[in-house]
Amino acid sequence: MTAAPAHPLAGIPEVSTVLDDQSPEVPEIIRGTGHLPEMRVDPIRLFTRVREECGDVGRFRLAGKDVVLASGAEANEAFFRAPDDVLDQAAAYPFMTPIFGKGVVFDASPEERQQMLKNQALRGDMMRGHARTIEAEIRRMVAGWGEEGEIDLLDFFAELTIYTTSSCLVGRPFREELDSSFARHYHELERGTDAIAYVDPYAEIENFRMRDAARAKLVALVQGIIDRRRARGKVSREDRDLLDVLISLKREDGADQFDADVITGIFISMMFAGHHTSSGTASWAMIELMRHPGVMADVVAELDDLFADGSEVSFQALRSIPVLEAALKETLRLHPPLVILMRLVQEDFDLLGHSIPKGTMIAASPRVSNRIEQDFPKAAEFDPGRYIDPRQEDLQNRWTWIPFGAGKHRCVGNAFAMMQLKAIFSVILRDFTFAMAQPSESYRDDHSKMVIQLEQPCRVRYRRRAS
Amino acid sequence: MKVVADTSLCQGHQLCQGEAPDVFGFDADRDVVVLLDEHPDESLRADVRTAVKYCPAFALSIEEEA
Repeated sequence: MTAAPAHPLAGIPEVSTVLDDQSPEVPEIIRGTGHLPEMRVDPIRLFTRVREECGDVGRFRLAGKDVVLASGAEANEAFFRAPDDVLDQAAAYPFMTPIFGKGVVFDASPEERQQMLKNQALRGDMMRGHARTIEAEIRRMVAGWGEEGEIDLLDFFAELTIYTTSSCLVGRPFREELDSSFARHYHELERGTDAIAYVDPYAEIENFRMRDAARAKLVALVQGIIDRRRARGKVSREDRDLLDVLISLKREDGADQFDADVITGIFISMMFAGHHTSSGTASWAMIELMRHPGVMADVVAELDDLFADGSEVSFQALRSIPVLEAALKETLRLHPPLVILMRLVQEDFDLLGHSIPKGTMIAASPRVSNRIEQDFPKAAEFDPGRYIDPRQEDLQNRWTWIPFGAGKHRCVGNAFAMMQLKAIFSVILRDFTFAMAQPSESYRDDHSKMVIQLEQPCRVRYRRRAS
Repeated sequence: MKVVADTSLCQGHQLCQGEAPDVFGFDADRDVVVLLDEHPDESLRADVRTAVKYCPAFALSIEEEA
């Protein structure tokens, strides 16, 4: 008598199903894909349920693959400490390939990341210049504001962070060629991260058609900039940026090494990690501050005091601003821009005594871990006091306070991101007051794409402060 | 106090050296932090705490000794 071989993950409980994957409301292309239809409409409920029902190690099914979801300090530490040749990131994000374009990698190895850090953009001693750039960009954005008015948080911060990331990472001359159309197409690209990509990243669906059209428009914009650079000819060294470097590179046969398509892909990938993440965090910080007037008052008082001596934003943004920092950290804990971090298992991997076979997906969820009640008492409450000594709930919970991830792949741009957020709020909260222009609970995220964005409308009223 | 640096987490940002240059050095070949003083004087506590708090890789910590 022979029994069917046991499921290799039989020892790990599988989460319940609340959305039948054969239901008529499920698009045909993802029928029979397990929990993919639910992940596409309510990923947070799915990931939260995995922990509630299964504990630190549970699993769900995603288009023919099992995804093991780790949570809690011990499981997260094993996940984040695993070397790249055991748990690989690139293969776990099929929705990114058509956005970057073929031949542009999703993420560099830790060694390459360190090299990039050393060489340029994110190095500590480059931060002062970036802080100046960011302050100038924010002032440009609010220069046209009147005594009072209304803005849409998503439109405003998505545009601002296109200018700051392009200026800091590619260079000032490139940024000066951009206007809001670049931000708009970039946003459409982000909207192309439909989880249907786990079945087919090139499926004939509206979201992917929009994504591909947006990418083509970005390539055309970059091609136009390249053409103008070539017509202009060489400029002095200090006026050159990364684009000048990329278009000057030749292959051995004398042909250009990169065309506009590849260069656009390189820029998209460089800006991707810093764009929707910073934009969304700035928006949510504003919303949480408006929802908590006491915290807002403390932050404004801290900033007024800090800048009373006329010191510069670009100087202070690199230094400690404890009350504002705590509010930003608490925003990141409750609203992490990435709700799930995934890897593909490359060789059998031991997770808390469970052997996870090669080919399985494994994941950790910042959204779930950041709200574990025993690590963060009253986890659903916005309480910046968590980060004040001696509580320091971020440092005390290094493997569960994970808005930036953890381990070797911990967001390499987190110091840059915090500096940028501090600069943004230092400028706008000293010159303006803000009030909700719609009911508090109507500010919410749209979870229908892997890149989560604020649902529109998300309007806010501003009023210039009396000087 | 005892200062601990996890070099398997260090990403080579080198911010700690700015905060407490007598405690944190840098191994340029391996691109990671080196501890120059595992048991720094109490007078350096504030600087070390700042280095720990702002380490972008969460690679540093302080252990209290009895």
